[in-house]
Amino acid sequence: MFSFVLHASLVLIALSMIGFIYRVIKGPSTPDRVVALDAIGINLVAITSILSILLKTTAFLEVILLIGILAFIGTVAFSKYLEKGVVVEHDRNNH
Amino acid sequence: MSILHWAVLAPFIYTLLIPITYKLLKRVHTGWFVLPLPILLFVYFSSNIGTTSSLQAKIASIPWIPSLGIDFAVKLDGLGMLFSLLIAGIGSLVILYSIYYLDKDKEKLNQFYVYLLFFMGAMLGVVLCDNLIVLYMFWEITSISSFLLIGFWNNRSNSRYGAIKSMVITVFGGLSLLAGIVLLYLMTGSFNISEIITSVQQNSIISHPLFMLGMICILLGAFTKSAQFPFHIWLPDAMEAPTPVSSYLHSATMVKAGIYLIARLSPVFAVSGYWLWIVSLIGIITLLYGSFLAVKQVDLKGLLAYSTISQLGMIMSLLGIGAAGVHYDNESIYYIATAAAVFHLVNHATFKGSLFMMAGIVDHETGTRDIRRLGGLMKIMPITFAIALIGSLSMAGIPPLNGFLSKEMFFASMLNIRDFNMFHLDTWGVLLPIIAWVGSIFTFVYSMILVFKTFTGKYQPEKLSTKPHEAPMGMLISPIILVSLVVIFGLFPGVLSNTILSPAITSIYGGGVYDLHIYHWHGFQPELFMTIGVIVFGTILYLSVTKWSVIYQAIPVVWNRIYDWLFGETENTFNKLTNKYMTGSLRTYLIYIFSFFTLILSYTLFTKDGFKIDTSLLAPIGGYEAVLSLVLVISTIAILFSKSRLTSIILLGAVGYTVSLFYVVFRAPDLALTQLVIETVSVALFLLCFYHLPRNARKKESIPFKLSNAVISVLVGLVVMLIAIASYSTKLFDSISPYYVDNTYIKAAGENMVNVILVDFRGFDTLFEIAVLAIAAIGIYSMITLRMGGKKNENK
Repeated sequence: MFSFVLHASLVLIALSMIGFIYRVIKGPSTPDRVVALDAIGINLVAITSILSILLKTTAFLEVILLIGILAFIGTVAFSKYLEKGVVVEHDRNNH
Repeated sequence: MSILHWAVLAPFIYTLLIPITYKLLKRVHTGWFVLPLPILLFVYFSSNIGTTSSLQAKIASIPWIPSLGIDFAVKLDGLGMLFSLLIAGIGSLVILYSIYYLDKDKEKLNQFYVYLLFFMGAMLGVVLCDNLIVLYMFWEITSISSFLLIGFWNNRSNSRYGAIKSMVITVFGGLSLLAGIVLLYLMTGSFNISEIITSVQQNSIISHPLFMLGMICILLGAFTKSAQFPFHIWLPDAMEAPTPVSSYLHSATMVKAGIYLIARLSPVFAVSGYWLWIVSLIGIITLLYGSFLAVKQVDLKGLLAYSTISQLGMIMSLLGIGAAGVHYDNESIYYIATAAAVFHLVNHATFKGSLFMMAGIVDHETGTRDIRRLGGLMKIMPITFAIALIGSLSMAGIPPLNGFLSKEMFFASMLNIRDFNMFHLDTWGVLLPIIAWVGSIFTFVYSMILVFKTFTGKYQPEKLSTKPHEAPMGMLISPIILVSLVVIFGLFPGVLSNTILSPAITSIYGGGVYDLHIYHWHGFQPELFMTIGVIVFGTILYLSVTKWSVIYQAIPVVWNRIYDWLFGETENTFNKLTNKYMTGSLRTYLIYIFSFFTLILSYTLFTKDGFKIDTSLLAPIGGYEAVLSLVLVISTIAILFSKSRLTSIILLGAVGYTVSLFYVVFRAPDLALTQLVIETVSVALFLLCFYHLPRNARKKESIPFKLSNAVISVLVGLVVMLIAIASYSTKLFDSISPYYVDNTYIKAAGENMVNVILVDFRGFDTLFEIAVLAIAAIGIYSMITLRMGGKKNENK
């Protein structure tokens, strides 16, 4: 039963991921794509954790944390880029 | 090292002193310091005549590269003695002549004498070395020093052209000779000429599959060096050299190196019928062609150059007939022909050397070498006229000069070949004496032109740039010595015959002493009538030369055209070819690389029967892998069809993250971690690049479709996939990973196997991966900060 639930949730997450990928490809504007990408990152966290339960290992816990951090950093960087056109500003006095 | 070794090396060592004396003693002509060396060498070689005339050879050898069978082996036998005396003797005379010919203030004498001594040493090396590789080394030094001497006045374009032409042709021949030497080594197992001859006598190599190839390679080397048809074209252009050089290199010594080689290797190849046919036919064609074209020349040195070509052809054909004598075991014919060859070799060196010096004197004193502007110089330059007359008459073969004797012997040997009744020599062979005879008539004609058009006729002072007068005595000494030798050898041929000629003949083919008698009077033999015919027809032709010389306008200068065309055309064709495939477009080069890659790999896979599908090793496919693969494929294909670059970058990121998910599924946590970080960083870098694109490059535009690109990319994918499947299906050995599994904790004190492999078992790779990252970082930093002149261009 437990194993069935895990598999079912994996399938559902995968389906939602396909939906997000559709949004990434299709997405009429860049922010749509960025948000979809962020959501894919969170989906990846979920997939990784369910997989580690299935594989009965704790080796992937760092991966989960890393995805969380990277998804955050990536989304912030994208947002800044979309807003200001640069990610790292050289001129520190003018912001 | 014996004295003989030092004799070969002496000119090279002596060259070290020349720049010093040239700089320190400016007031004395450098030639005076050079002169003692060839005289000393001449005296040394003459002192050994006793040894060689008793048919013994002076042999000495020191190891040079013994592991390869290359020894600096020298051997002074009859043939070597003949050539050494020519080189040292005429070398002394030419240096004496050059002292008066070259001005010590206007010319770079240090360079001239260094090149000349290089040549002299190399030439001695060629004729004295017994080891073929060492011989080849000296052979190439003669080519190089000849190149330097022809281009001595390197501010003239004609000199440079002539130097390059002679270099190209003689080095082509030299390389072919090297190939021949190597083939000879493969056949006989030795580089030493004496050992090769001994081994050939024991077991014949004529049936060896490499025999013909080796023979042709060696013949090519000899023919190019000795300016034989059709490789003669470099010699007339080499006349741009200073006259002492033309006289020394291009009449007396270097052009005879090929003849030396043929004579030296005759015992090896003379067993073959092809050898004698090729050598004598090429020789006789060269004789006719050279003498025919010499008549046309209007430049004294040009005429002498073609005459040299023709006379070399004559010597060559005699060597061929000598080889025929060996081939058919006919001793008397071989002796007569070889004696004629060797005797004419000496005669040609003497009279041609003097004639070149005469041409140099005329040039020096009148300012021109053009026959059409010369004339009536007999009374102004009586001594030079006498030199020219004696030299030319000897060249034409008039008694009692030495040219007559060797020409009679030449006719005799040409007539003798009718006695052979093999290889169609009895039928077609009758052509050879006729061609030889016609060639001799032309020889007579140009010899007469040389002396009479220059010294008799109308004196035209208005056409000369300087007022002519007799040359200084110093300049006349050398040609006078040479023409007195012409007369002495003509009147008393016995001086030469048993001391120098006979041992030389013996050392060509071996065998016992041959008592050589050269007579003026043979009785009423056919050759006498041939000589009379030459004189009669030659006189008629000379007197009517203006009437029939129009035919030369109808005959195009074929071989020079071919040479120029070959050079121009090769350059053009390869330029066009290179421009065609080196388009400068990276896309084209990638097409080459990928199509070659697919072609080679698929060809190998299918011809070697390497394609195999074995499913027994495959693991079952799980649901996650299937879904992930689907995601991967969809995003990869979407990259290709995306309209904007930004979408492509994001999709690429998606691909990277999916790959990291694969790592999770296939249980590789370290890889997954690294992949995630790296993917994020590289996507960020891509975005950075995108931001810096020029505005118009950012506009949305899908990748243009090109069929060739699509086909090649599909093929590459297919081939790589096939190879992956095939290689997975053939697992030959077990993996070595169980060792790591067992020993990671026991031997390396770690539980993470990947990390233990990275830093312990195979830490070296990691070290250099670190180095790669360091280099990349430094490279990026320097590209950003160092902009040498780049800023300037940007501002423009």
